[in-house]
Amino acid sequence: MTADTSADVSAGTTTDPTTDPTVDVIDTLAGIRPGSRLDLLRDRRPEAREHAQRAYEALFAPDSEQEVTLVERVALAAFVAGLHQDPAVARHYADRLAEHAPDLRTTIEREIEASRTVGPYGVYDEPSLAQESLIGPAYRAGRRAALGERLATALDHAHLLVFRPRESSRDALKRLLDAGWTTTGVVTISQLVAFLTFQVRVVAGLRLLGADR
Amino acid sequence: MKFTQDKLGWEPWLEPPAEDELTDAHHDALVDRARAASPYFRLLALDPRVLHARTTTDNDIFYNADGGLPRAERELAATATSRHNGCVFCASVHARFAAHYSKRPDDVRRLLDDGVAAPQNERWRAIIDASVALTATPGALGADHLAALRAAGLDDLEISDVIHAAAFFNWANRLMLSLGEPA
Repeated sequence: MTADTSADVSAGTTTDPTTDPTVDVIDTLAGIRPGSRLDLLRDRRPEAREHAQRAYEALFAPDSEQEVTLVERVALAAFVAGLHQDPAVARHYADRLAEHAPDLRTTIEREIEASRTVGPYGVYDEPSLAQESLIGPAYRAGRRAALGERLATALDHAHLLVFRPRESSRDALKRLLDAGWTTTGVVTISQLVAFLTFQVRVVAGLRLLGADR
Repeated sequence: MKFTQDKLGWEPWLEPPAEDELTDAHHDALVDRARAASPYFRLLALDPRVLHARTTTDNDIFYNADGGLPRAERELAATATSRHNGCVFCASVHARFAAHYSKRPDDVRRLLDDGVAAPQNERWRAIIDASVALTATPGALGADHLAALRAAGLDDLEISDVIHAAAFFNWANRLMLSLGEPA
């Protein structure tokens, strides 16, 4: 696969874009072609370019599935990407989910539709920040039987981190531990959600910059 | 805790490995060995591949001095993003850097005290507004933000640096907020 296919991210391919070292996922999703102005711009920050891709690979082609399975990873990613409403990024992760867990695809789509909102919001405990508190929905996944309690609890946490990160709490982590996640698993799912909020913004920003002259 | 430029501590809500439990793989992932003293980085070292990628991405976005946005304004984008998401710890660290490199502590203090809409000069206004728009979910960065950045004198590489600094702090804010609190 070459970047010539980058304009059509939905093109069918037998190459796994997570593990094919010739495919940079941010380039693909932002439509950045070799030799283009944006390609040269990204080369000015070569370590950021390379390691944004390494982070993606570490999360979606992991060394071990002991703490967080690949199915759990792509389900969470499809959910987080869907909440951001960037069509190319959402489709990329929805396709990964369809590949690895087709039975979860509709469930995740319905959770996205049920929980899309606008952020960041959240309440500050600090009295001097009280006037800045924005009360908004604290989402709890509805289809818990289809998801399983472990994955459902991870979706709850992902929604918290995406939309109201300032409301993160010890209790939120306790709910993850109670649902069977280990400390290492909590670190990995926190990284996964947080990384995606970076990746989708780099893609959106570079795509916009590429279109702007 | 309110937004401040004071040095804050940070306490994890989960138990990180002790310093003497860290393996060579953990130390490699920390990139900077001194970070073994930080409970935050020891906790992240439990997933060493992702931590290593996170830190090397971070370092290039903020420290790469091959042209582009001055360090002060990369830190400004990080501070504005942290202020908007509500990461008091992240904002404290990067506000200190922004104030130090820009030598404009009063303008940084106004950003922390009065928020992202507080008055700033044209160039800082454009950088803060772009960072805040990119931080919204769904994203709200648009052509008008790029036009304001260009009108303030930023070129492609400088705008790309704003995008990367703000995008990276969406990652950094959520990791810190997820796993512990300022102390």
